[in-house]
Amino acid sequence: MSVAKPLPHDAAPLHVTGQARYIDDIPVPAGCLHLAFGLSPIARGRIRDLDLSAARSAPGVVEVIAGADLDPIPDCSPSAHDEPLLSDGTIHYAGQPLFLVAATSHLAARRAVRLASLDLAEETPILGVDEALAANSRFEDGPRIYAKGDVEATLARAPRILEGRIEVGGQEHFYLEGQAALALPQEGGDMIVHASTQHPTEIQHKVADALGLPMHAVRVEVRRMGGGFGGKESQGNALAIACALIAARTGRPAAMRYDRDDDFTITGKRHDIRVDYRVGFDETGRVLGVDFTHALRCGWSMDLSLPVADRAMLHADNAYDLPACRITSHRLKTNHQSATAFRGFGGPQGMVGIERVMDHVAHALGRDPLEVRRVNYYAEAQAEPAGASGGSFPAKMKQGVRLETADLAGRGAVAVPQSAGGSQRYGGAHSPVPVPGRDGLTPYGMKVEDFILHGLTERLAESCDYAGRRAAIAQWNAANRVLKRGIALTPVKFGISFTLTHLNQAGALVHVYQDGSIQMNHGGTEMGQGLFQKVAQVAAQRFGLGMDRVKITATDTGKVPNTSATAASSGSDLNGMAVRAACDEIRARIAAVVAPDLQAAPTEILFEEGMVRAGGAEMSFEEAVKRAYMARVSLSATGFYRTPDLQWDRIAGQGRPFFYFAYGAACSEVVIDTLTGENRILRTDIVHDAGASLNPALDIGQVEGGFVQGAGWLTTEELVWDGQGRLRTHAPSTYKVPACSDRPPVFNVALWDQPNRAETIYRSKAVGEPPFMLGISVLMALSDACAACGPHYPDLQAPATAEAVLAAVDRARGALP
Amino acid sequence: METRFLLNGEPQVADTGATTTLLDWLREHQRLTGTKEGCNEGDCGACTVMVTDPDGTARALNACILFLPQLAGRAVRTIEGIAGPDGRLHPVQQAMIDHHGSQCGFCTPGFVVSMAVAHLTGRQDHDDQLAGNLCRCTGYAPIIRAAQAASTAPIPDWMRKDAETLRDPGFTFPEICSSGGLPPACPTTADDLADWYEANPDATLIAGATDVGLWVTKGLRDLAPVAFLNQCADLRGIVADDETIRIGAMTSIAELGAFMADRHPSFAELIRRYGSVQVRNAATIGGNIANGSPIGDSPPALIALGARLHLRKGAGRRVIALEDFFLDYGKQDRAPGEFVEAVSIPVQPDRLACYKLSKRFDQDISAVCGAFTITVTEGRVAAARIAFGGMAGVPKRAAHVEAALLGQPWEEATIREAQEAFAQDFTPLSDMRASAGYRLRATQGMLMRYFLETRGDAVDVLEVRA
Repeated sequence: MSVAKPLPHDAAPLHVTGQARYIDDIPVPAGCLHLAFGLSPIARGRIRDLDLSAARSAPGVVEVIAGADLDPIPDCSPSAHDEPLLSDGTIHYAGQPLFLVAATSHLAARRAVRLASLDLAEETPILGVDEALAANSRFEDGPRIYAKGDVEATLARAPRILEGRIEVGGQEHFYLEGQAALALPQEGGDMIVHASTQHPTEIQHKVADALGLPMHAVRVEVRRMGGGFGGKESQGNALAIACALIAARTGRPAAMRYDRDDDFTITGKRHDIRVDYRVGFDETGRVLGVDFTHALRCGWSMDLSLPVADRAMLHADNAYDLPACRITSHRLKTNHQSATAFRGFGGPQGMVGIERVMDHVAHALGRDPLEVRRVNYYAEAQAEPAGASGGSFPAKMKQGVRLETADLAGRGAVAVPQSAGGSQRYGGAHSPVPVPGRDGLTPYGMKVEDFILHGLTERLAESCDYAGRRAAIAQWNAANRVLKRGIALTPVKFGISFTLTHLNQAGALVHVYQDGSIQMNHGGTEMGQGLFQKVAQVAAQRFGLGMDRVKITATDTGKVPNTSATAASSGSDLNGMAVRAACDEIRARIAAVVAPDLQAAPTEILFEEGMVRAGGAEMSFEEAVKRAYMARVSLSATGFYRTPDLQWDRIAGQGRPFFYFAYGAACSEVVIDTLTGENRILRTDIVHDAGASLNPALDIGQVEGGFVQGAGWLTTEELVWDGQGRLRTHAPSTYKVPACSDRPPVFNVALWDQPNRAETIYRSKAVGEPPFMLGISVLMALSDACAACGPHYPDLQAPATAEAVLAAVDRARGALP
Repeated sequence: METRFLLNGEPQVADTGATTTLLDWLREHQRLTGTKEGCNEGDCGACTVMVTDPDGTARALNACILFLPQLAGRAVRTIEGIAGPDGRLHPVQQAMIDHHGSQCGFCTPGFVVSMAVAHLTGRQDHDDQLAGNLCRCTGYAPIIRAAQAASTAPIPDWMRKDAETLRDPGFTFPEICSSGGLPPACPTTADDLADWYEANPDATLIAGATDVGLWVTKGLRDLAPVAFLNQCADLRGIVADDETIRIGAMTSIAELGAFMADRHPSFAELIRRYGSVQVRNAATIGGNIANGSPIGDSPPALIALGARLHLRKGAGRRVIALEDFFLDYGKQDRAPGEFVEAVSIPVQPDRLACYKLSKRFDQDISAVCGAFTITVTEGRVAAARIAFGGMAGVPKRAAHVEAALLGQPWEEATIREAQEAFAQDFTPLSDMRASAGYRLRATQGMLMRYFLETRGDAVDVLEVRA
């Protein structure tokens, strides 16, 4: 058995010796050019004049290009064709590339950039949420609204009502390997691109588009990324296009990597969000209805903001069966970096909103927040019916998705034309039909049928002694004047599938060579998550071979075409199934050849322990392969998979966007200093649902890493723009991702090792994104600690920096409004 | 200029510009691409290398802000030299594989080198040893498990080789740093430096390069002429007698921290959170003072201890109170050609408490750094020296607060009154690290913390355990 084994990452021996190659480590042919962008120092305005003569004559410079030199200017957008590679004369954010320098070295290019003389006409940028709302500066023509039940009526008759607001900051990906690409020109104008990207097909498509070539003339290869986290789903397009453009113009290889400050300044980040809420509830803490308003600052271009904002709405319920709920989502166009995909893809932002509501309700009632959370949980799934899957959709849902734009491979592809009537959506044709009561339906009409959080929460609460520690903390807080502790246990329910339904497909290519060794390729990319190893385990399992027989190869658009981004946690679900299909195809062919030799029917033949067996007869896998080859049977196959049972109408906000849900819960304990607001995590316990894990070691790695990254988002990672829209936190010196000592000193992580009810690869579950939201337990524990300082609700904002915590302490004491 | 050193055990002559970084040289000229560029400013540790001094001391340093001439006569070991010559893995490498300590792998070489140095030097305080290495994938837990698992393994013999080679009397570099015709930019004594600098007053002096390095890697500045002070042995080291502790300007922050552990533990704790291991190994006390930063962490502590600054120009020397050195933002009381030779503090009973407030505990620049030395005699404040970084354009004493405390009974009412005086002392700025209002609140909180700490209250979140 290779599946379910806790094998190390396939490249670990290369990682620890420094041999693992990233883009900038690839030996380049002689004459390679190195590129750098010249960036706008202002957030909004237009170019009067760019004097690039000094840059052109700088040492080592070969070419300098501005937008005016290109017709048309290549587009970098994954959605709306609204991102010219270089400014077309208008400036939309501080950091926007205005011109491109190609020089004989990275340093020469960076130096030359600074010699440009910019004459820019500055205009007043739109920066804040309120400014954007006032200016009606938005993507789509109005807010999108999903709803269930009659929220207004519910709130009107609810015994208790609360309202509030939480502002949650964005997040810089801080992948350790910055954005990078390398283009190698080929004969006949073809181009090979090596890129650090989660989406090779998108790079292929955008490069082909930029060069005016068919996609078949461009091949993109990705062996690995030094971290992605969503930041390499679309943000690498500009570098790859720039490299290909220069390579095509000069006939020389071209490489580009962003200096870290440029990477921060140019690329998009997690969307920040402002969540306003009104909640009606009863004295037991049962929420009767919630009215959410989301305001997301999407930055200057559309990028993936629409599906990100959608996913925030789709997680506004998290684990809670809300009889009535309305989510109004504003996707605001602002003069910032274009906010983009980041682990969770909006889900975390939506989830913080409802967790904050639970916290607020519990505070108002003086109840244990965990108790309030549990009374609002969806109903536990019934004992597993055979072949059950994660959910179903009600009959009333509207079928189909809209595909208005050409860029089908991008997740931002479903843009609604600006003309298609906006405000009437409040009561228009797409307004959802009210569904009264707690009925197990999400606000978007999907029945939650695989809910396991009752049992999972119970197990976690027991294993971490939530109740005992909560009491001990209350005692400790009473005895301590300056320091206060807090604890919180929060759940995660995360929907698995791309919400753009057609992206839920994957391909694979498997070769069996004459010696019985196997080369495996699929459309997924490796960014550290261990996808390659998990999928290789599937291949080894199908053939009954050891891992040493399976060669993992770089993702290559020439081997597997038309791939979706490695995103939405879908990598192993999709590619594992595709590889299985390819393996099974070859297995069946081999079985047909050797069945007579083994005196068995092909279907009775087993591939295990390096042997091909039936009844008592067996031969080595190598022998079977040899016989198939001699019989002139193809030992190469493609595999394909598409996720079943998905139906989603994002305009109506109705359907079944997810194949299943992944679950988890975390309990975090923190301590705060009420004199300065300094705070830290003391302990975290996690139980996370990875289904029947393909590789428990890699999955636990995702859980631990996701949690710490999520906790960082909500505590120390603060993005600060100044009044002119310039990002002031543009390097690790000023933007603080968690360091070693920020992880919980006591950190217990366990997998909820039950098979997925949905028919996934070996009944495993996706695990890339869901654990990120376990970090919300830290924010809620900090809120709990602040609440220990006084009678008022602390109204803690995020990220909960020391400054934010001190303000919350003041509010709890009644010293601040 | 030419610099001679050992690279992964082999003698090398690097002929580079004076401010070529080791990282660029390794990656672009040696094709040793295992050492990674993550930030190019010494904050992520992906470029960590092991550097061994002639005396055999091994340290982790950031290659991205390390200039080649700083390596003269030393030994560099990169990730490519951490496994044995026969390819055998170092115990920390094997442990990183076994404990799943790498995911994307990009930070991994830096972690492995930091771990190998800690393993060699017997350090078990893994959180501190690895505070200068950022990982975005793992959440650190498996890396710490790996470090713990490897800690009991024997040190591989090849890891001792650099120290053995450098200490071998039979081994010498012919001329370890030659600048070929230019002024002697690698002085070997303070006297040499004084003469040279007086003649070249526009030059940039490079000590640890943890700040100057960024002028090059981020500012893209040409610094010529420069002088590298790393060979001025007489500027390095701490000498103490019954009355005075004298700290040479080239003493590293790491060395200062080790010295302070017994004398002023709170200073040592502040230094534990100063930069990272890699930064503290390179950075010098002279550099931290001379660059005049309002957010340097050692000046507030030194001022609270009554430090005096020893300045030298040519043959002339003068001594001033440290706080008087800082005139205004970016402006110090330093004549052209004059340099910091040492800083001294009077030997005194330990009443120092330092409070560093930053977004992240480890390896972060202070939003506010406060240092307090308050003497209470017979229930009343007999003396108070209070200094802050991050509250003004320079490191500055809280004179009004000190005055409000002097002669008053040591009780909460006094503290509350004195807290109000901070607004007279400071008009801080709002920036990406903190708002002005919060900075002022925090200083007040720190004074209260000092008071409550003397009364035995628990006030430090870092001392709380689950």
